[in-house]
Amino acid sequence: MEVAKKQLRIATRNCGFIDPENIEDYLGVRGYEALANAITAGTPAGVIDEIKKCGIRGRGGGGFPTGTKWGFAAANQADQKYVVCNADEGDPGAFMDRAVLEGDPHSVVEAMAICGYAIGASIGVVYIRAEYPLAIKRLVKAIDDARAYGLLGKNILGSGFDFDIELKYGAGAFVCGEETALIRSMEGSRGEPYTKPPFPANSGYWSKPTIVNNVETFANIPAILVKGADWFASIGTEKSKGTKVFALAGKINNTGLIEVPMGITLKEVIFEVGGGCPGGKEFKAVQTGGPSGGALTYKDADVQIDYDNLLAKNSMMGSGGMIVMDEDNCMVDIAKFFLDFTMDETCGKCTPCRIGSKRLYEILSKITHGQGTEADFEKLKSLAVNIKDTALCGLGQTMPNPVLSTMNTFADEYLAHVRDKKCPAGVCSDLLEIVIIPEKCVGCTLCARVCPVNCIAGKVKEAHVIDQAACIKCGACIDKCKFEAIVKK
Amino acid sequence: MAKIASAADLKKFQEDYKAKVAARKDKILVNVSLATCSIASGGKAVMEAMKDEATKQGLSNVEFMQSGCMTYCHSEPTVVVTLPGKEPVCFGKLDDKSARELVQKYLKTGELVENVIPVNYVRVEL
Repeated sequence: MEVAKKQLRIATRNCGFIDPENIEDYLGVRGYEALANAITAGTPAGVIDEIKKCGIRGRGGGGFPTGTKWGFAAANQADQKYVVCNADEGDPGAFMDRAVLEGDPHSVVEAMAICGYAIGASIGVVYIRAEYPLAIKRLVKAIDDARAYGLLGKNILGSGFDFDIELKYGAGAFVCGEETALIRSMEGSRGEPYTKPPFPANSGYWSKPTIVNNVETFANIPAILVKGADWFASIGTEKSKGTKVFALAGKINNTGLIEVPMGITLKEVIFEVGGGCPGGKEFKAVQTGGPSGGALTYKDADVQIDYDNLLAKNSMMGSGGMIVMDEDNCMVDIAKFFLDFTMDETCGKCTPCRIGSKRLYEILSKITHGQGTEADFEKLKSLAVNIKDTALCGLGQTMPNPVLSTMNTFADEYLAHVRDKKCPAGVCSDLLEIVIIPEKCVGCTLCARVCPVNCIAGKVKEAHVIDQAACIKCGACIDKCKFEAIVKK
Repeated sequence: MAKIASAADLKKFQEDYKAKVAARKDKILVNVSLATCSIASGGKAVMEAMKDEATKQGLSNVEFMQSGCMTYCHSEPTVVVTLPGKEPVCFGKLDDKSARELVQKYLKTGELVENVIPVNYVRVEL
């Protein structure tokens, strides 16, 4: 069977092809060659130039040019510098970093050593969430094996360059994926962010110049150095080079990990690579950037995915989660879902995020329970904008995005909730009635027997009726009815 | 294991590795995806079933390996089988029964079974 090959695998080039626990497999696919070339025949400035020239931008979501960042850290004089790998992947529905660490840990180890050489650091730290035990196990083995082979440690390949890597475990706080909170957490303090500047590249871990890069960014580095910056820069759009790994989840046929060149259209990702929504349902929206991003709809089907185009559409690249929604998803409910997440994950340091998230959630909750007014709709918008402008860190500043983006794109759906007290997608149970269409009902009694609260009455072979006051809107009767006689209204 | 002490050592290792791979060309290679999610969906059981069935079928030239995520969440557990001289083929949605059938048919006779996952990507090889 011939299928279109829309995907291009650079960061995940070895995932599923090599044994992640066997360093020889990685060495066999030209592993550690980029490091060897850099430290024995190259210069730190040469490496940084190459990374600048290839145009790669941070894959954790911020999209800051990696080469420029490395350049800042390299220019700082210090007795110690650090390379940090951010493996605190926490977006709901995102698992790109775990896949790379479990499938190709050596590419990250090698890239961290290359970064250390480029900026003049001898210590690397991987900040990885403790909920990834297998990724930790394979990473630890990769580091131990690299050390045993002389590819980490003192005087690597006789070049005089020393580099070693240790692990720090995250305890499950989403905010610790934010680089300043991550550094605080690594130092043993509370995982709370601080205002930048100073940027970590100038003063980070233990107030020393520190590079914090995401797993996927690192996984690209050896390939870039082996194949050359020009090759990498030839892939993607003008301002976003290379590929991006996305985790496709939700109402999509081909759930899974994909790696596509920047500039691919949303349509290609959802309908060709992803195979559309299951069960013939209509595609409604896709949330990119997780709880920090926004929803794109069919109107945006021709948008070429890159950092800047997604920002222009009030969403963001984020770390790569893509949650697909179909006609059965209520957008107000979706916004509430993400707010529920960020409300739990706010660290509480700044007021806009700590209290703002709670208030946003309360208003959304009011709307989904049918108690919202048009004034709430306006209040929601102004509060969201205020939080965006005043919160301390990336988490707070982006937390209102799902609300703003869905309000913008699905204003009619919000208005249906507050004006007509209806949920068009049939999700918000307080706004629904489940009714039996008498003409279709044959009186088989199946619904009455399955109803958990016994609120369906009727005689055999006569149309049944649901007692609305007692109905809990569980929908069990709808699933059971063989005559499509029961509907949500 | 020998330390790699110089860039030249690394080159030599790569050459030796190529020879090792070439020496395996008459073997049937079975690559089982064993990331956290693949294991959770039954990848390890599939590997055990295939090993057991290969022994039962008297196939002695089968080599098993584990790898990470094969990216096909929609069809886990997945394995990639490479018959001597053939392109690798990825099979998904396996369980004990279909894994044994895979050994009896594709590994033994080359007859395809269901749930073949077509290659939909270009892999950048260094």
